[in-house]
Formats: sequence, structure tokens, C-alpha cells
Amino acid sequence: MPATFRFALRDLPLEAESLRAEVRHFLADEFSGAAPVKRAKSWGGFDREFSRRVGARGWIGMTWPKQYGGHERSYLERYVVLEEMLAAGAPVSAHWVADRQSGPLLLRFGTEAQREKILPGIVQGELAFAIGMSEPDSGSDLASIRTRAARVDGGYLVNGTKVWTSNAHLSDYLIALFRTQVVPDKKHEGLTQFLVDLRNTKGITIRPIVDLAGKHHFNEVNFTDAFVPDDARVGNEGDGWKQVTAELGYERSGPERYLSSIALIRELVREVGARPEPRGMEAVGRVVASLATLRQMSTSVAGMLQAGDNTYLEAAAVKDVGTTFEQSIPELTHALLDLEPTIDSGSDLQQVLGYITQTAPSFSLRGGTREILRGIIARGLGLR
Amino acid sequence: MTLLSDTVGRVFGALATKELIESAEQGVWPEKLWGALEEGGLTLPLVSEAAGGAGGTWLDAHVVVRASGRHTAPVPLAETIIAGWLLSRAGLEVPFGPLTIAPVHAGEALTLARRGGALAVTGTATRVPWGRHAGHVVTVADVDGRPSIALIATSGARISEGANLAREPRDTLTFDGATVLAAAASDVTADTIRLYGAMARAAQMAGALDACLEQAVRYATERKQFGRPIGSFQVIQQNLAVLAGHVAASGIAAESAFRAADRGDARFEIAVAKIRVGEAAGVGAGIAHQTHGAIGFTYEHSLHFATRRLWSWRAEFGSESAWARELGASVAARGADALWRDLTAR
Repeated sequence: MPATFRFALRDLPLEAESLRAEVRHFLADEFSGAAPVKRAKSWGGFDREFSRRVGARGWIGMTWPKQYGGHERSYLERYVVLEEMLAAGAPVSAHWVADRQSGPLLLRFGTEAQREKILPGIVQGELAFAIGMSEPDSGSDLASIRTRAARVDGGYLVNGTKVWTSNAHLSDYLIALFRTQVVPDKKHEGLTQFLVDLRNTKGITIRPIVDLAGKHHFNEVNFTDAFVPDDARVGNEGDGWKQVTAELGYERSGPERYLSSIALIRELVREVGARPEPRGMEAVGRVVASLATLRQMSTSVAGMLQAGDNTYLEAAAVKDVGTTFEQSIPELTHALLDLEPTIDSGSDLQQVLGYITQTAPSFSLRGGTREILRGIIARGLGLR
Repeated sequence: MTLLSDTVGRVFGALATKELIESAEQGVWPEKLWGALEEGGLTLPLVSEAAGGAGGTWLDAHVVVRASGRHTAPVPLAETIIAGWLLSRAGLEVPFGPLTIAPVHAGEALTLARRGGALAVTGTATRVPWGRHAGHVVTVADVDGRPSIALIATSGARISEGANLAREPRDTLTFDGATVLAAAASDVTADTIRLYGAMARAAQMAGALDACLEQAVRYATERKQFGRPIGSFQVIQQNLAVLAGHVAASGIAAESAFRAADRGDARFEIAVAKIRVGEAAGVGAGIAHQTHGAIGFTYEHSLHFATRRLWSWRAEFGSESAWARELGASVAARGADALWRDLTAR
């Protein structure tokens, strides 16, 4: 038998369920009456005030040690907060990149000084993070990155360009992967991660990359002789690939990988309920079956995180199955209904359909393309 | 659970061989396999120990049922497990030997009516699994306006033999007033046979999909073309990764239904499982065959033991489209704003 996945059924603990009620109450106060199309944007939304309020409730850095401002709660409790935020379409972008991956990265590989300086600010919802991995010539082939961090007295001089850097223009810090050493024929070596202060580093230029819908959320970040001090290095020189792999495990495991279309599912159910007919019922039944199954898979991964297990393979599977599902929703909505997707007029359903239809291509690109994820799964099956 | 899973794996591994499955397809009852399953206490996991069962849970039963699917074991194990559970739930004695359940298909019913001091059964149930080999059939039908569990001897039926795509017996049983051996009112719903039948088929299909993945991965590493194993080609890797995703989703969907059955009302989880695993069955069988090329299309190769079962099982006890209409109707009736609340309450 090939090494397949270990998706063990997991129950959410009782304390997680009382927490759920708290989160729902909070979200109802925040968003009652918000337009469905606004909610559809969910983790596209960046709202520092909202993130501060979430931080004040103790819902950022939930699993981190108290000495850094964390709350030492379980991954399953964190999972409940996250899935409720996403299901409600809360604008979580200003805090959750740090909550999901940058904070855990610093906890695991950062220096004591970095942890003490940075983590409490994340927990309070004060510090927003962006991720600098891809480059113009390095997308899926991440290990081929060329942005160079060359040793100089007291630190590194950085030259090169990162792209697709979501919210770099709004963030305080960038966790960036740079090449500190060129090792011929060994591209995975010589990579190092850095904690780059976006507000106080000279030589950084951030330019918008506008998406197909005309929106600005990602950026090109250019480094020209930008000086990054020694104490901004995360982990040892040359350990970057290993660390990035662990970080991507966090990035890929969560409920955001199957809930991106939840606002459209909700409007679809509303429409089908108003005009019941067998085709609509069947479509809704199939959607709910996949949704419920993905939730079990994702909860299972949260349980693995809690147990300290490596989730790299399972997270890739959830993301692949999940994004395929998310992308199917606008297609089946179109197949079912005689309805034009719109951007600024029309019904709630039309606008949500318009937003999700245009966003859907990114679902299987961001955080690792479908092809890369399937390569990871194939490796898990023993095929490579 | 590990012990149980080891035991089950050992029995099927040793006995559910290619030769045995082929001979079962020729109509030979696999006595040795069935005997080993009974001896191992695997046929009645939900019947109390006092009544001759294993006194276990639905999650225990899941291990057994999924393994029976994975090994494509040609026996009415799932049917016997459900029948035994129903009988013991109603306080009725569980007879020896293989049992089956009916009806399988929507719109059919076996009707019970009082005749003197006894109950008589009439009606036709089509495509009853293993009808000719099962000594008894268990059904749920109204008696005095209450759902009741009834034990009926198949010897009282006119049996017209048939088979599914995998050459498993699917026989039409016609009753014309035969006496019911035992019946008792129970708190089960009228569609309990369809419900638990669907749950069992979901787990069997998840098992058969495990087998498809295992065989396809093995074949891809062994078969060489263009000078290298076909599994080294990205296109094959990507297809098998898709199959693996379906296998993972199927496994947890089916297991989740069995867990819900231990807790009480499992209707939602069973619908989810039958739909999701049924969808995976079509895609999964397709990828497994495509990977195997022409050899997998021969009778000589054993891949079809799993795929022919997948194509049949997904259509029994309600297809995924039938279940999806039912689930979709209940979700739509609850309303869009209840969807997430209901989903997280399970």
C-alpha cells in the first residue's frame, strides 16, 4: 500500500463549541446587514480596525505561548474561529497571514528578540504581514529565485524583485525568501528567510499589480541595494527551503481552501429555495455533500496540527480537493440559472456570482498551484 | 480498532482471492470465506455478545464493511451486519447464516398484514442482494401503523435470479402471503433499509476506491513505456493525485456516516456519504482504468473486481442524484441562512 493520507475523524472539543457561539455573536454585531457581495470578498478584505477588535477578543495568535502575548489555546479552537470568520465573510487579511504562517514561522525558527519584538504586535492586530516568495521568473519553481541578499558589514544588501505580494502596500512586514549563496546545480541550497521591515527599509519600491477585475491587492516589490540587518534573518543561512516548506504546510491547511465560494453557495441555496425544482435541489445536495466532506477533512488537519503531526501532504490534498470544489460553484450556478454575472448592478446573487466568477481562477493558483499540489500528492504516493 | 482491522485484513487477504471471486461470479457460494467471517465474529458486530454477536459499534462495523469493499469480497457481509443490527434492536433473535435486506430500490415495499395470529408478507422486492444465498430477509414495514422490523424466510419467496455488473446475485423476491417468522415494532424510520443500505454501500465503495488507488499506483510504478515507469510521467502523476483526493474524501465521508450512526440520527451524514462517494466512484474507476490501459480492460486482470462493483453499488439504495435531490430539498427548506449553522452543528 502506498503511503496515502491519514485523515482521522476529529471531533471539535466542547470548549471550541462555546467559543463558536462567542465568535458568532461578535460577527453578528460587526456585519449584520452587510451586503452579500461585500461578504463574498472575505479574506480579500483588509481592515486594520477590524483586526484590532479581533485581537482584543483574543482571537489572533490563539495557539501561541503566553509569554509572547499568545493565548495557549488549541488548534481546534483556532480552527473554529477561522471557519466562522470565513463563513461570515469577515475581512481578515490584515491579521491572518501573520496569524496563519508568519507568527508560527517566527515561533519555530525566529530569534528570541524577533519573537519578543514582533509577536505581541501581531496578537493585538497591530502588525500586518505580506509574503515575498514568487519572483518574475520563479513561480511554481520557487527554488529558482534569484533575489540576492549579499553579505555586507552588519547585514545584507538585497537586490531583486518579488511579485504577487498580496497587501505589501498595506503591510508592516514582509517575510521574504532570498538567495544568500549561489550553489551551482543545487538551487534548494543557499536560500534564507528574512523579516523585512517594509516601513523603515530604504531601497524598497512597491508597485501595484492590478488583477483582471481591476482591483489592487497584489504588488511587485523591488529591492535596490536595500539593507537588511543581521538581526532580521529568520533561521540559519541556507535553511530557507526547509523553513518555507514548513510554512506552506500552514498556508495550505486551513478552511480558506474550501470556503472561498461560501457566499455564492448561500445565495444559490436562497435562489433554489425560492423556486424549488429537482435540478436545483440536486445541485444544492451535491454542493452540501462536498462542503460537509471538506469540512471533515479540514478539521482532521487541524487535529493533526494540534497533535504536532506534519500536515504537508494532507494539507496539499485538502487544498487540491477544496479549490476544485470552490471553482465548481460559479460554473454550476451558471449551468443552473439563466443569469448574467454583474459587478455593480443586479441582484445580490448576480453580484456575488460576478465577484466569485472573476476571482475563481486564483483559487488554484495562490498558495501553490494545483499542478504543484498534485506533484506533492504524487510524491506521497511514491510516484516520484 | 487496529486489532479488528488486522483480523479483518488477514481473513480477506487469505481467502478473498482472485480464484474465489471468479468462482463466486460463476455462482459458487464462497462457503469457506463466509465460514471464516462468522468464526471470526465479523458478521454480527452490532449484536450483543449475549445474543451471539461482537457487541461493538458502527465504527467497528465500518472497519469490516470498508475492508470487504477493498477486498471485493463476494459475500453479503454488509447486508448481514445491517440485518443483525435491526433484529437485535427490535429484540428479535438473530438466525445463523447469511442475511439480506430489502427493498433496495425506491417505490418498492414488502407489506405485512395480520392473518389469524400471525403476520403474512406480500409484495415484490427486486434486485435483492444475495437473495438466493441468504436464509432470511429483514425488512422494515408498517404493522398496526407503526414501523416494525420483520424477519422473513427466503424459502417463502418465489426467487427470480439476477446479477449486478460484478456478477453478485441480485435476485427478485416475490412473496405471496408467506408467514413472517418474527416481527416487532421499533423506533426506526420507514426508510431505514434504504438509509443504512446507502451507508454500507458508501463504505464498501470507499474500500473499492482504496483498491483502485493501490492497484493503479502499483501498476504505474511497474509498467514501463518510453523506457521508464509510466508513473514517472507528470500526466499520470496528476491523474493519480486526483484519484487520491477522491479516495481521501470518500474515506472520511463514509466513516463520518458510521460515527453519526453510533450517535443517533445519521441521515445527513449518510446522504453526504452516498453522494460524495458515489461521485468519486465514477471518477475513480475512470482514472484507475485509464492508468491501467488495455490490460485493465481484460477479465484476466483484477481491476474490474473493484470497478464493476463501484458502478453497481453507486446505483443501489439511492443513487447520488436521488440522495442529492433529497438532501438539497431539506437544505433549501431550512433556508440559506441556516446552512452554515446546520453544517457546524453536525
